[in-house]
Amino acid sequence: MQPINLTSAEAAGRDLVEKVQKASGVDVKACYQCGKCSAGCPVGSAMDYTPRQIMRLLQLGLVDEVLKSRSIWLCAQCETCSARCPRNLQPDKVMESLRIEAKKAGYEAEDEIATFNEKFLRSVAANGRLYEAGLIIGFNLATVQPLKDAGCAPAMLTAGKLKLFPHKIKGKDAIRRMFEKAEKAEGER
Amino acid sequence: MKYAYYPGCSLHSTGIEYDISSKLVAKRMGIELKEIPDWNCCGASAAHTTNHMLGLALPARNLAIAEKEGLDVLAPCAACYNRMKTTELAVKASEQTKQKIANITEMDYQGNIGVKTALEVFVKDAGLEAVKALATKTLGGMKVAAYYGCLLVRPHDVGIDDMENPMLMDDMVTALGGEAVQWPFKTECCGASLPTAKGKVGLKLVYDILSMAQSVGAEAIVTACPLCFVNLDMRQSDLNKKVSGSSFKIPIFYFTELMAIAFGEKPASAGAGKHFVNTSEILAKYNLK
Repeated sequence: MQPINLTSAEAAGRDLVEKVQKASGVDVKACYQCGKCSAGCPVGSAMDYTPRQIMRLLQLGLVDEVLKSRSIWLCAQCETCSARCPRNLQPDKVMESLRIEAKKAGYEAEDEIATFNEKFLRSVAANGRLYEAGLIIGFNLATVQPLKDAGCAPAMLTAGKLKLFPHKIKGKDAIRRMFEKAEKAEGER
Repeated sequence: MKYAYYPGCSLHSTGIEYDISSKLVAKRMGIELKEIPDWNCCGASAAHTTNHMLGLALPARNLAIAEKEGLDVLAPCAACYNRMKTTELAVKASEQTKQKIANITEMDYQGNIGVKTALEVFVKDAGLEAVKALATKTLGGMKVAAYYGCLLVRPHDVGIDDMENPMLMDDMVTALGGEAVQWPFKTECCGASLPTAKGKVGLKLVYDILSMAQSVGAEAIVTACPLCFVNLDMRQSDLNKKVSGSSFKIPIFYFTELMAIAFGEKPASAGAGKHFVNTSEILAKYNLK
C-alpha cells in the first residue's frame, strides 16, 4: 500500500464527506470507532470494509475507497448498526447515501445487487406496482442465470403466488412523473 | 374500527397467505378494512437506497389517498409499514420535506393520518385478552420461535416493540396456548433481497436463522413479514441441497395464520396449504385441522 498524506486526503474528500453527512444526517467525526456496528452486522463478514472501517475512511476523507467498496451495496439496510450505536449515529443511513453517490459517480461494485434494484424500480415505474415474476425473470436473464429459482415457479403458480401478467395501476402515469421529478431533485443535490 | 388497507405488492403475490389471513383476523376482530384505491408500490429498500426523495414520495401517494378518506392505514408487510411510517414521521417533522414530497407526488399528504402494522393492530392494540377471548382452539403447547426480523422493530421511532427483545408475537403464541421458545435470533436479518440478488451472502443468513430455530427445538417459526416468510419457507429445500448435513423441514407461519386457525378457521382457508414447507403434519399433531 502506498503511503497516504492524510492532510491532503482530508481536503480532497471534504466535499463528498459533507454531502454524505448532510444527506444522511450523520456526523461521521462523532464516531469513536468502538466497532459495535461491525460486531452486529449480519453481512460484515462478506464486506471488504466493515461499517466501522467505512466510518473511519470517511473521517480520513478517503472517499474513493468508500465509493468503490462492495460494502455499500452488500448492506442489507437491517439497521442493527444504528440500533446499537452508542453515539446514536446511523451507519445504515451513511451506507444509503454512499450508494446513491457511488451510482452517480459510476461505481457499482456489486453488479448483481445494482441490477436487482434497477429492475425492481423499473417494474414499479412501468406498472405502479412491482411485478415480482417479471423482476425475477428480468434479473435472471440480466445476470445470466436463467434457471435460478425456476424450480419454485410451478408450486408458486399453483398457489396463486405468481401472476402471468403485471397489474398496471390507473395512476401509472403519475408514478412515472414521480420517478422523473425525484430523479431531477436528486441530480440537483 | 375501520382502516384503509394497504396490502402492498407481496401480499398480492408471494405473500398471499398474509393477505388472506390478515383479512380473516380483521373480520373476526370486527375491524373493517377498505383497500386503498389504486395503491402503488412503497418502493421498498430499492427506492430509498437509490433516491432519497423517491423513497418518501412513493409511500406518500398512498398515505395521501388514505388521508382523503380520513382513515389510518393498516399495512401488514413489515417493509411497507416501515417505509410508510418513515414517510409519516418525515412529513410530521419538517414542513420543507412535506412540501418537497407534495411537489413530487402532486398530492397533499398533511400527516393527519398515520400507519399501523398488523401486529400492532391485532395484538398490541387489541390486547391479549381480546385475542384469548376469540380463540376456540389452542395451539396445545406447539413450540414456536417468534421471528421479528428488522423492519418492525428498527429504527426505534418506527419500530413497534423492543429493538433487541420484542415480545408481541411471543405473547400472542403464549396467549393461544403455544410455547414461545427462547432464542437469540428474534431480530437477526434474513437478508431481505440478498438471497435472491446475492445468493452466496444472503443464503447464509437464512441458514443461520433456521439452524438456530432448529437447535432450540422450535417446531415452527412465526413471522410478520412476507420477505422473511419467503426466505425462510422457500429457501429450505435449496439449502438442503446446497449445504451438506442440513435437513430443514421447519414450517413457517404468518402470525395471522396461527391466529385465524386458533379462532376456528380451517388451515386451508387461512392460507396454510400454500407454503413450500408442508404444514399439515404439525397442524394435525396439535389437532388444528
